[in-house]
Amino acid sequence: MYKVKVYVTLRESVLDPQGTAVKSALHSMSYNEVQDVRIGKYMELTIEKSDRDLDTAVREMCEKLLANTVIEDFTYEVQEVVTK
Amino acid sequence: MKFAVIVFPGSNCDVDMYHAIKDELGEEVEYVWHDETDLSRFDGVLLPGGFSYGDYLRSGAIARFSNVMKEVVKAAEAGKPVLGVCNGFQILLEAGLLPGAMKRNENLKFMCRPVNLKVVNNETSFTSAYQKDEVISVPIAHGEGNYYCDEETLQTLKENNQIVFTYETNPNGSLIDIAGITNERGNVLGMMPHPERAVDELLGSADGLKLFQSIVKNWRESHVTKA
Repeated sequence: MYKVKVYVTLRESVLDPQGTAVKSALHSMSYNEVQDVRIGKYMELTIEKSDRDLDTAVREMCEKLLANTVIEDFTYEVQEVVTK
Repeated sequence: MKFAVIVFPGSNCDVDMYHAIKDELGEEVEYVWHDETDLSRFDGVLLPGGFSYGDYLRSGAIARFSNVMKEVVKAAEAGKPVLGVCNGFQILLEAGLLPGAMKRNENLKFMCRPVNLKVVNNETSFTSAYQKDEVISVPIAHGEGNYYCDEETLQTLKENNQIVFTYETNPNGSLIDIAGITNERGNVLGMMPHPERAVDELLGSADGLKLFQSIVKNWRESHVTKA
């Protein structure tokens, strides 16, 4: 089994309305040292071992569904889970 | 002319759309469930507003993979008129039938009120009953209507006159006030405002009715010529 952690964030070039609102909230709490806030999504996929290449499959899942590549970037980490 | 109103789990403007076509426009219309695999009996396809699949993940992202969308793509490729309103627009973007993507409204508020739109392009089969630059009143109701595309796509949209409606006062932060765009061929229109909720003075405006009348008029003309 694998645990795959997928992070989806708005592309750097795309203004993030939610992040901007959270940044102003932090500033109003006087954390003025906060330069920027970007909000994204975190997803955990548990995937069984199969004949399919894991990297290719996860990349496809991200490109087709999990991220909208017009405005979002994605990264992922794979952890092998040892089942007893 | 016979229209399909596609119903996804979570659609909530399907009844308004049905009413606009049947009672105000006086054309044939049928509800079509999202797992339908044949739309060949219809002349036009309408994707209504709402929250398909609860807007989980992103608006329109899951609806785009429902069975019926393969048929919507076929209808679009066949040159049939396809209209997506609000969530319907978001689905068309996710499906790649229209370019770009939607972000949360700039002010992060769900906005629900009448807005003034300018008919920038009245040479489409959806807008021919309007005057060029005519200002119409149509309600919006959305939290994610902040249209975005890259510079290159925007240039293409401008060059091909694909920008059909713009907001007089931008409510959501949408790029260059875009409220509605078509595909390059001009037979697929996506718009955030709801023309189906502006089809009778009783509703505050009847300005949306001309959009549906344009579709029917253009369809009749092209089908009478061929006959």
